[in-house]
Amino acid sequence: MATAIEIFKLLPKKNCGKCNFPTCLAFAMQLANQKVKLSDCPFVSDEAKAKLEASSAPPIHLVTIGSGDKKVEIGDETELYRHEKKFFHPTCYAITISDSMSDGEVESKLKRAEELSFERIGQVLTIDLMAVRNDSDNDTRFAEVVSRVAEIGLPLVLMSERPEAMKRAVEEASLEKPLLYAATEGNIEAMSSVAKELACPLALRADDLETLAKLAVHARETGVEDLILDLAPHRAKDLVEKNTIVRKNAIKRTFDGLGYPIILNVCDDERAVLKAMLATMKYGSIVLFDDLNPAHALPLFVLRQNIYTDPQVPIQVRAGLYPVNDPGPDDPILFTTNFSLTYFTVMGDVDKAKVPAWLLVVDTEGLSVLTAYSAGKLTEESVVEALEETSAKEKSTSGILIIPGLISRMSGKLQELSGMRVIVGPRESSGIPKLLRSEEF
Amino acid sequence: MAKIPIPKEKWSGKIETVVVGNTPEEGGSRSSQLMLGGDVGMPFLSYEGVGHRQRLAGEILDSVEGIPEISIAPFNELSYDVVEWAKRWKDLGADMICLKLRSLDPEIEDASVEKAVETVNNILNAVDLPLIVYGGGNREKDAHAMEAISNACAGERILLAQAEEDAYKSISAAATANGHGLIAYSNLDVNLAKQMNILLADFGTKLDNVLMDPLMAALGMGLEYSYSVNERIRLAALMSDRMLQTPMCCDLTSAWEAREATEEEESWGDPSERGSWWEATTGLAALVSGANLLIVRHPRSMEILQDAIVELRGE
Ligand code: B12
Ligand code: SF4
Repeated sequence: MATAIEIFKLLPKKNCGKCNFPTCLAFAMQLANQKVKLSDCPFVSDEAKAKLEASSAPPIHLVTIGSGDKKVEIGDETELYRHEKKFFHPTCYAITISDSMSDGEVESKLKRAEELSFERIGQVLTIDLMAVRNDSDNDTRFAEVVSRVAEIGLPLVLMSERPEAMKRAVEEASLEKPLLYAATEGNIEAMSSVAKELACPLALRADDLETLAKLAVHARETGVEDLILDLAPHRAKDLVEKNTIVRKNAIKRTFDGLGYPIILNVCDDERAVLKAMLATMKYGSIVLFDDLNPAHALPLFVLRQNIYTDPQVPIQVRAGLYPVNDPGPDDPILFTTNFSLTYFTVMGDVDKAKVPAWLLVVDTEGLSVLTAYSAGKLTEESVVEALEETSAKEKSTSGILIIPGLISRMSGKLQELSGMRVIVGPRESSGIPKLLRSEEF
Repeated sequence: MAKIPIPKEKWSGKIETVVVGNTPEEGGSRSSQLMLGGDVGMPFLSYEGVGHRQRLAGEILDSVEGIPEISIAPFNELSYDVVEWAKRWKDLGADMICLKLRSLDPEIEDASVEKAVETVNNILNAVDLPLIVYGGGNREKDAHAMEAISNACAGERILLAQAEEDAYKSISAAATANGHGLIAYSNLDVNLAKQMNILLADFGTKLDNVLMDPLMAALGMGLEYSYSVNERIRLAALMSDRMLQTPMCCDLTSAWEAREATEEEESWGDPSERGSWWEATTGLAALVSGANLLIVRHPRSMEILQDAIVELRGE
């Protein structure tokens, strides 16, 4: 968005008050804060309108791939650093199937891809797209494999040098908005016509940014607006540098021809995981993998989850008393905090114990046990308050309260205030099953 | 064809260069000196200008009690002998050795300060890499140990760790007395990191002797906080905040405490490979957000990060 001064320069400077503000400058300030509409001034020129509209368009185009509830949206980012606001649309990962694989190989790879799924702090971490690569050079085979892969329901990336193969696959598998990958200097004409005809997003690939900008002009002139850029970096250095140049030019509006999301292809790259990690931190929107080992996928997916959390709001859960494994009045109460990472870890472990228990989640404004304790947001008093608010002592008359081992310091005073028998649990919640199964209960 | 502009910032600030390790010429016995920091732009953007090479220190523990076995398994065959461990790190291409004297902790071994000094000497004699030395976490005892170690290593220019807000005077004095550097720890907060450097400067410590450790939270354990704190520290420093212009040191080893890093769970893949990537991913986030020196526990993570630095610098 333009600043008040930039807007002011474009206004008629009549200071006539028709906009309900005494001066054009006052009006410009309201506009910059998006409190009023430009059309409130009856005298703005068409030229000024066009300029202001262009500057309020998102710096990076929002692109949708696929349709329905599994569609992915990428782009529309506004920041260079996550602390400035947040990163909005997480990096998407795709696994690639080659159409020169046998049917059996296709099936087993699909199965492996679907198994790449982890549940973590209440979110399911998975791959987001499937890609099919036209290695066979055979249109019929390509369409066949695409149709099969489409059945699993994820949005698709079609990888081929040949527009006619793309067209046939899209039509035979009746795909909606798959990503066509990729138009290059050699085939830009035909590729953009097909993308236009099929109304699909189109990836552009070139290893220098000037050529890429030229390809983008061409695609736009053909009427294709949903573009994605493959900057074809050779080394990690190029990846970080080029991604930063593209992102920064778009956000600072120092160059407006490359305001699109970025795709990275790491198929056949011995540094696939390294580059995917870097792309996740540095402005990559899609990574195309050949395959992904779960031992690499988990850290990668968690990195994405970390980088894309909102810096202003820690992920929290609702405070309250949660029954686990169908507890009754004789079963003990354990307490923890409402920081999602803490809650889900502890909940998982209590659940695993297969022993009935009550889990009291104390509101710590989304802070972990020690962080909340040192910040004074988890005190003996706040625990007792939570016990009262949830009528916990009526639901569980066991009189037993298990506390996190890290805050054993609380036990004496808490015992006094709550009138319960306080048991100091293990420091690590993984020790909870053993404790709950022990003789004491 | 339209030329794409390179959006290079004109930073007015620059990160200090901290030198560690002295060769015989400077009165030490290390094979070479290492320069840390010196950055003039955001990490790995050669068009803004890059500083000295990012460096990797291999961790050595003089007591492995309570340390997850999987994280140090490759050193098991050395029976965790600190001297052999140090030599192994040198063979593996580590730039520095980071010795953590856990045995000093009264709750672990309550080993004597004399023994700690002996351990340091043995390592100095066995390998010629620059050294970082951590105490055991007990304030009073560490203060004594650091003073003794500082004297025993006079001339070597090691890094003493760590200065904290309520315990920095003795370690700072110990470092200054014999020309060593030190690591200043703060708790995940730009202002606290700055405060730490101000305290040190007021006490008379020169900032080109200081590395800051803003606490690198591991992957899945608050990494996002550290990533942003590091970036904000670096941005402020480049915008000329003098009190944040010290190079950054990030300890990655807490990554091994994250349960998902190593838990046995078939569908999560090999725990050792996963754990190594857990540590390496924490390291990559540290590098990209501004770290100049990383402390690493596992040889596989070391290998991944060595390659990453070569790649990121385009060497
Ligand atoms: C990320 C982080 C932050 C984040 C906040 C993250 C959050 N949402 O809570 C931020 C940057 C905001 C932060 C701030 C602070 N932090 Co902080 N922070 C951390 C860090 C790196 C990780 C915490 C974490 O997420 N742990 C993971 C969760 C899952 O752990 P957990 O909640 O403890 O749960 C585990 C166990 O307790 C147990 N458990 C939990 N519930 C239960 C229940 C039962 C019954 C049982 C048996 C077990 C159990 O199971 C869980 C898994 O094992 C730690 C250091 C570290 N590596 O641990 C420091 C740490 C907790 N922070 C600390 C401090 C001092 C602070 C600050 C006061 C300092 C400051 N910078 O101003 C502030 C206070 C915050 C405020 N004023 O609002 C100190 C606490 C010191 C102490 N020993 O008391 C720590 C330990 C760092 C240190 N070494 O100095 N912090
Ligand atoms: S109506 Fe238009 S010209 Fe009149 S004061 Fe408002 S902005 Fe200025």
